[in-house]
Amino acid sequence: MKEFNTYICLLLLGCVLTFDVFAEEKIGPILPPAKGEQCVEPTDIMREIHYEFILHHRDVTVHDGIRTAKHSLKNCINCHIQKDKNGVYPRADSAEHFCAACHLFTSVEIDCFSCHADRPEEAYTSKEHTNPSN
Amino acid sequence: MLIALRKRILVKNIQTRVIEYFMKHKADIADPSRRQFLKDTAVLGGISIAPGVFLYGGDAQADSVNSPRSEAVTDEKRWGMLVDTNQCVEGCDACVKACSDEHGIESFGRPEQDTQWIRKLTAKDKTTGYTVSLPMMCQHCESPPCVDVCPTGASFRRADGIVLVDPHTCIGCRYCMLACPYKARSFVHENLTDQLPHAPRGKGCVESCTMCVHKIDAGIETTACAEACKSDGHQAIIFGDLKDPKSAISLRLKQFGATQIRSDLNLNTGVRYQGI
Amino acid sequence: MKTIRYQSVSSDSKAFWIFVATLVMILLVGVGAASYMEHEGHWVTGMTNSVVWGMPHVFAIFLIVAASGALNVASISSVFGKTAYKPLSRLSGLLAVALLVGGLMVLVLDLGRPDRLIEAMTYYNFKSIFAWNIFLYTGFLVIVAVYLWMMFERRMNQYTKPAAYVAFIWRLILTTGTGSIFGFLVARQGYDAAVMAPLFIIMSFSFGTAFFILFVAAVYKAANRPLGDFILFKLKNLLGVFVAAVFYFVFVQNLTNLYATEHHDFQNFILLEGGVYTILFWLGQILVGTILPLLLFFLPRFSHSYRATIVGSLFVLLGAFAQLYVIVIGGQAYPLVLFPGMDVSSSFFDGVVHSYIPSLYEILLGLGGVAVALLVAVIGIAVLDFLPESLEDAVIDPHYSPEI
Repeated sequence: MKEFNTYICLLLLGCVLTFDVFAEEKIGPILPPAKGEQCVEPTDIMREIHYEFILHHRDVTVHDGIRTAKHSLKNCINCHIQKDKNGVYPRADSAEHFCAACHLFTSVEIDCFSCHADRPEEAYTSKEHTNPSN
Repeated sequence: MLIALRKRILVKNIQTRVIEYFMKHKADIADPSRRQFLKDTAVLGGISIAPGVFLYGGDAQADSVNSPRSEAVTDEKRWGMLVDTNQCVEGCDACVKACSDEHGIESFGRPEQDTQWIRKLTAKDKTTGYTVSLPMMCQHCESPPCVDVCPTGASFRRADGIVLVDPHTCIGCRYCMLACPYKARSFVHENLTDQLPHAPRGKGCVESCTMCVHKIDAGIETTACAEACKSDGHQAIIFGDLKDPKSAISLRLKQFGATQIRSDLNLNTGVRYQGI
Repeated sequence: MKTIRYQSVSSDSKAFWIFVATLVMILLVGVGAASYMEHEGHWVTGMTNSVVWGMPHVFAIFLIVAASGALNVASISSVFGKTAYKPLSRLSGLLAVALLVGGLMVLVLDLGRPDRLIEAMTYYNFKSIFAWNIFLYTGFLVIVAVYLWMMFERRMNQYTKPAAYVAFIWRLILTTGTGSIFGFLVARQGYDAAVMAPLFIIMSFSFGTAFFILFVAAVYKAANRPLGDFILFKLKNLLGVFVAAVFYFVFVQNLTNLYATEHHDFQNFILLEGGVYTILFWLGQILVGTILPLLLFFLPRFSHSYRATIVGSLFVLLGAFAQLYVIVIGGQAYPLVLFPGMDVSSSFFDGVVHSYIPSLYEILLGLGGVAVALLVAVIGIAVLDFLPESLEDAVIDPHYSPEI
């Protein structure tokens, strides 16, 4: 019995190690491409603290009226949310949406899009107002 | 920098003269005494030459939405509105429609729970029968009761006089709705979808007229309701800087005076009414 | 008075566990209702842009006001030196905590964004009485916990008195804060009155004592412990005085409003033409909540009746609900007066009495809060020694002489 337990443990350990050794590619979400070459901040910084830019900028926007484009959420969306291969803008609950792609993968819930538009401004130029299907 | 400054001054001069000419020859101003008044007061800074477009700083050719504010707003200006109820037509709701369109506000068919940032109100004197029609919205008080009672400070007054709700801090307790003397605030009772990028709004927060702050911060110094009223031909709503003695609104206020609704509360509202 | 022995209530009986299970069910249903309201949005409730606070707030304010008053019994003994009430001090503290927890739960779950509770506890606008209330309510829980500790632990008994003083003053400030929620609203005809703070204080005395009496009577019967007339009727007389005092404040508020022409329309609404609010005021608050209890407490033929005391206390609580419904909902139903002397109409229901029909979800949430309060109380008395073994006259009455 004791040997059986030892073998099971070794087997499980082996599986985990094998997985680690062979999983050379980073496991992560597939991020859709954005407009342009470069984000407003370096990628590694954005990956770590993008929320800090967003949180700080929202306070200065609401309270001080500062609407500069660099860290504005609207501008992030203008660049990062592009039409998918069907020519449709992905919505905030689908994995094709830039923000949702990571956030769904990591299960870090964000509620930005319960209030904010999840599509770039060009999606609204025709001043359409779709009636919610409530 | 100097070139840009000179360009700005030049543009403003042209603008003033264009407006003067425009005002002198504008045939469709109904009231002759008003026409005379406007002819006599040549300085009309603050009026747009066409709805929605205002020559404000920067490149005259550029789209005005590309000059967003980059420094914190100050109390150098105080935005306000003047409603001339004599021009307001009972039954017309152009201002209400414009506000809804501007902010993506839709009805869910539940009138008591639907959001209304601006509404048309009809008041009839019980004794004399005198009836007045006017738009009612957030009065953007200097001492707002809604700001006093908000537990988290989400309801606040910006330096330039606009009273807003910070939807990131609002917990949806609705105490400000109880406190507002003008019933200006609405609560979002349902999940929203398809919000416009310049007007984020969501379930569980309280909201009210923002005096089109997204326009003001982009350099377009007017409101959707004032514009709609103008393009409908009524010109009952004037928007402008109350601290600028030469703005159209200040000149009108100085000459004809105006009333604050519920003035006994001493709130020093930014929205005032003539003709009540 | 003989030495009081405190003993936790036995949880052996099946009845105890059935009761606890029922309360847990009610609590779960209440939380489920709140979850539905939060998920769907408040459109599923009867609350609107005109009547923004509804049934949950009636329940919550009742529980919070009663919580403050439930501590009364402990205050009377520790602060005012009436030693006859001392045996009930521990229970008084427990009920205060239990009722407050229930009330706070309802209040928080009704928020438009309850997920922002952390924000509410870190961002403060100190001009808002609501912000102060957050401190006052949570501070109250801590202070009563400390007070209970002083009472429970023998070597800390010497500090009971200072703890009692702190608790007493704190709850006066707390209830003033609760009343001022309405008293500070300059905009509304039905509020904007300095009298609301003292009115709420005296309401807390009344509601808290009524709840206390009913809880003690129920628990002592269920646990088969003796409850003597002496202490029961002492509490009853106290409650009667409080009920009369509440009536005084209501009378003064209405009298002042009736004098001022400015308030005549609102008074007409509440006292004569308000439909459900008028009925609740006269039948609920005045008849059932004031006149009947006073008769049951003080008329000679009822003044020594156990049953009359219980029924009277129940009537006080029913009247309490009616009073809070009239204050909270009635005060909102009456329209804001923007143009005095004018008939006003709009698409946003200006100038008309606002309708409000409570939804099932709101009522379930409110009941969930009551269930939480009872759960905390019942589990408390079963786990710790809150209850005296006996409250019979021989033990409690300092002037007891056995009848021969």
